Amino acid sequence: MADKNWPLWEVFIRTRNGMAHRHAGSVHAVDAAMALQNARDVYTRRGEGLSIWVVPSAAITASDPADKGLMFEPTASKIYRHPTFYDVPDEVGHM
Amino acid sequence: MTDDRRQTTDNRSVGGGNGLPSPVVCPPSSVFEYTLRLADNALILGHRLSEWCGHAPVLEEDLALPNMALDLIGQARALYAYAAELEGEGRHEDALAYLRDAGDFRNVLLVEQPNGDFAVTMIRQLLFASYAHPHFEALAHSRDATLAAIAAKAAKEMAYHVRHCGEWTIRLGDGTEESHARAQAALDELWPFTGELFEVDATERALVEAGLAADSASLRPDWDRTIAEVLAQATLTRPRDAWMQSGGRAGRHSEHLGYILADMQFLQRAYPGAAW
Repeated sequence: MADKNWPLWEVFIRTRNGMAHRHAGSVHAVDAAMALQNARDVYTRRGEGLSIWVVPSAAITASDPADKGLMFEPTASKIYRHPTFYDVPDEVGHM
Repeated sequence: MTDDRRQTTDNRSVGGGNGLPSPVVCPPSSVFEYTLRLADNALILGHRLSEWCGHAPVLEEDLALPNMALDLIGQARALYAYAAELEGEGRHEDALAYLRDAGDFRNVLLVEQPNGDFAVTMIRQLLFASYAHPHFEALAHSRDATLAAIAAKAAKEMAYHVRHCGEWTIRLGDGTEESHARAQAALDELWPFTGELFEVDATERALVEAGLAADSASLRPDWDRTIAEVLAQATLTRPRDAWMQSGGRAGRHSEHLGYILADMQFLQRAYPGAAW
């Protein structure tokens, strides 16, 4: 037995009310089929979902928190990207 | 009480004596007996699985095992409630679960076998679920509407048990040298308890003919196929069908059942009627 710990998988669940799959947490499992079952057993015990994705945690490429400045701060000054400058006629109602 | 059962009861007054073939007679007491068998299987196996809670090798399995236990205990509750109603003597489902002694339990011997190592638990569950799944699927077509409804729900639960325990059996059998040896040992140890699953006595035969019960004997090919598929992938060897243990349905149990009941029934016996 090479590794003492099983590989880690990220779990994404689509809830009953539609919407996209959302990250729910992670599980350890020897392979994809077992990861799916473990995700079912750990994260859907109270009827939380109708669909599960599992992805090897190692397959996720994450941004570096140290890059926060160069990655995300430049957008802070570009408020014109928010669609809040339009005059919406009253007749349109709630959008 | 369902219409189906009333009809069955009415059948008793029809036929016989006037040259007509005697109709199948199924008194409510035989439906009670059959329901109790199903309930006892579910309760005892559910209790066995619940013993793993907090002891499983990994967190994921520590949830999976009690999940399966709760499926079974849920089935047991529904079946006991119906059995109590059929009996009509004012006994509550809890009285059937907690106030009967070992000789009154009707579960098959397989489900009371000790948990052993992880392989024993997984293979015991695979052997039982592979029988219970097609059994409940067939029972979902019962003329008894209550049994049919309980079975339809239980069939889905048992299908998952087959999948989960089947995948584990494959990985244990086709895993390391040690996991293979342990899985094969578990299979060899439990195999003599599988014959009892397919026994059909006179009570059950009459219920099958009346369209009320599932015919266990006819489900054997389904079971054989499921087990053969898993064992092939698991590189495990199917033991020979030699001497088979039997007697659970007649109340002749291994000594293990007494210990299970001591653990499970202590509270209700020490504090009758205790509830939360």
